Amino acid sequence: MKRRITLGVALAVSLGAMPAAAEISGDVVKIGVLTDMSSLYSDINGAGAVVAAQMAIEDFGGTVAGKPIELVSADTQNKPDVGLSVAGRWVDVEGVDVISGASSSAVTLAVQNLAADKNIVYLVSDAASSDITGKLCNANTVHWVYDTAALANGTGSAVVKAGGDTWYFLTADYAFGYALERDVTEVVKEAGGEVLGSVRHPLNTSDFSSFILQAQASGAKIVGLANAGGDTVNSIKAASEFGLVQAGQKMAGLLVFISDVHSMGLDVAQGLQLTEAFYWDQNDETREWSKRFAERHQGKMPTSVQAGHYASIMHYLKAVEALGSDQPGDAVVAKMKELETDDPLFGKGLIRQDGRKMHDMYLFEVKAPSESEGPWDYYKLIRTIPGDEAFRPMEEGECPLVKG
Amino acid sequence: MFDLLGISAPAFFGQLLIGVINGSFYALLSLGLAVIFGMLHIINFVHGAQYMLGAFTALLLLNYLGIGYWWSLLLAPLIVGAFGIVLERVFLRHLYKLDHVYGLLLTFGIALVIEGTFREFFGSSGQPYGIPPELAGVQNLGFMFLPNYRAWVIVASLVVCFGTWFMIERTRLGSYLRAATENPALVQAFGINVPLMVSLTYGFGVALAAFGGVLAAPIYQVSPLMGINIIIVVFAVVVIGGMGSILGAVVTGFVLGVVEGLTKVFYPEASSTVIFVVMVLVLLTRPTGLFGRA
Repeated sequence: MKRRITLGVALAVSLGAMPAAAEISGDVVKIGVLTDMSSLYSDINGAGAVVAAQMAIEDFGGTVAGKPIELVSADTQNKPDVGLSVAGRWVDVEGVDVISGASSSAVTLAVQNLAADKNIVYLVSDAASSDITGKLCNANTVHWVYDTAALANGTGSAVVKAGGDTWYFLTADYAFGYALERDVTEVVKEAGGEVLGSVRHPLNTSDFSSFILQAQASGAKIVGLANAGGDTVNSIKAASEFGLVQAGQKMAGLLVFISDVHSMGLDVAQGLQLTEAFYWDQNDETREWSKRFAERHQGKMPTSVQAGHYASIMHYLKAVEALGSDQPGDAVVAKMKELETDDPLFGKGLIRQDGRKMHDMYLFEVKAPSESEGPWDYYKLIRTIPGDEAFRPMEEGECPLVKG
Repeated sequence: MFDLLGISAPAFFGQLLIGVINGSFYALLSLGLAVIFGMLHIINFVHGAQYMLGAFTALLLLNYLGIGYWWSLLLAPLIVGAFGIVLERVFLRHLYKLDHVYGLLLTFGIALVIEGTFREFFGSSGQPYGIPPELAGVQNLGFMFLPNYRAWVIVASLVVCFGTWFMIERTRLGSYLRAATENPALVQAFGINVPLMVSLTYGFGVALAAFGGVLAAPIYQVSPLMGINIIIVVFAVVVIGGMGSILGAVVTGFVLGVVEGLTKVFYPEASSTVIFVVMVLVLLTRPTGLFGRA
């Protein structure tokens, strides 16, 4: 009996040492979704992100390279320390192979380092800072959906072209806000405009009236909102209450999600121009997927971030399937860059050497209540911005992975 | 003088006024907390959730029953206040003889349950609630545009704060209340139903929170997070004013609204922390708070 066990162990060990056909660590591919479940970004991201990840796993067939796919999720509360400690535990103790999301740029920059240290895969579809594929880039990270450079090129340049050549910024006081303000400032200056000033407000501020008053006093034609989620909604509400638009100024929402528009209502949001990577009502494929999503998510249509979780996980699974292995992280990411991307939500595209996922971006305008034909019918397309034009050229990003 | 500060006079007055508006909310909420703590010795951590419930009650009354703002201003505090009385009867009254910390833990837990439930149903970004048509529009004051609705908030808050202070400090009912907190057994011996009075007081404090919620609904998004965002600041206000001091809560509420407003001009990044800095300074110099009695 004892000998038989020894033989068995020896066999197992020798099998393990062989370059096996499929090397899936722990015999399971474990996906961890890090998101904001409880704070101001939870409608953009949150439970919907987990639903999207679940759908990706189901649509892929539940297994990859013959092994099961498992999903875990956690709430970061938008705090880098919380996000980082969950991510560390996932990788060290629970054998998570890939992390999708982080809830905000501040958390992302922390988790991005961890991904490189532990050599796992990191899929970013919620954070916006263009530094993720710029000077802070690494070989383990793929940045899906959007970034601050693309938002600046979309909304920023459209607004300057329409005559908005003096700007004042309301900026969220953390990594994402700084990056967005910086990238839009560049676009504005390049187009011959001028930035008159900016004010930095704490994350998750409920009353913006004081900041709106400062923006009014600046005399700028355009008040640019370098913030997101609840902060953007509250800024726009305060602006409409304090007669900002009546007094001759205009608002530019630099990062507005469909969940924000839904929560403000078309009365308040109409006319707002915004740049997005995804809208549910673009074509038959996005409509079909979004309806399936809504059925599982209290009737809410997906945001671009939630769509990004789905598409990036799908592409990750394709790369693992092609490679027959989920280890090490940088090899999987290299495979992801090698394979062309193709999914129902973002269409065909590719991942650049710096980790940037390339696809078209869209400049939308929020419909007036009279133009909207039903719930969630919110946007009309103003312009499709080709990926090469929307995203920052790779050489300008100062990413160390790009040899130039 | 204003040039020295790097801000024009109109901008300065504008910010001052906005500080007063925000102070109105702090005053209204800290008043309710002060009444509850002063009379019941309960640290009512569920106050923020009750403020949020006030706003949601107004929203639901509008969406499902078509009841507008003005009726909501009356009905929402009654409904939420009644809910508060149930809470007091079922849970809180068991805790009066125990340490404060038990009340704090219980109310904190209830707040988490209420807010989590609402987040599950309504999401975090909230829903819009329109400004009543009578109060729409803005006044051009020369140095700023003042929305009519915000002017109404200041008036409503001042009236309610003064009324509450007057009722507790200057009327017979108020003197019963104060006596009952000093010596419940003796007051009961005079034939006054102390437990009923305590329940009603708690209901009243909760109704104040709900009233604040309805006032806030048209300004902010009606969101499950609105209470959590404000409650910590309001607690700091109560501590600075002196736990249980009604006048202290009201005055401190307005003053800190102004302090916070001016911080948003001179050092905006610190605007969410300045109140806590003030709290630390006050506690170091006057541990009972500005208006508190040792």
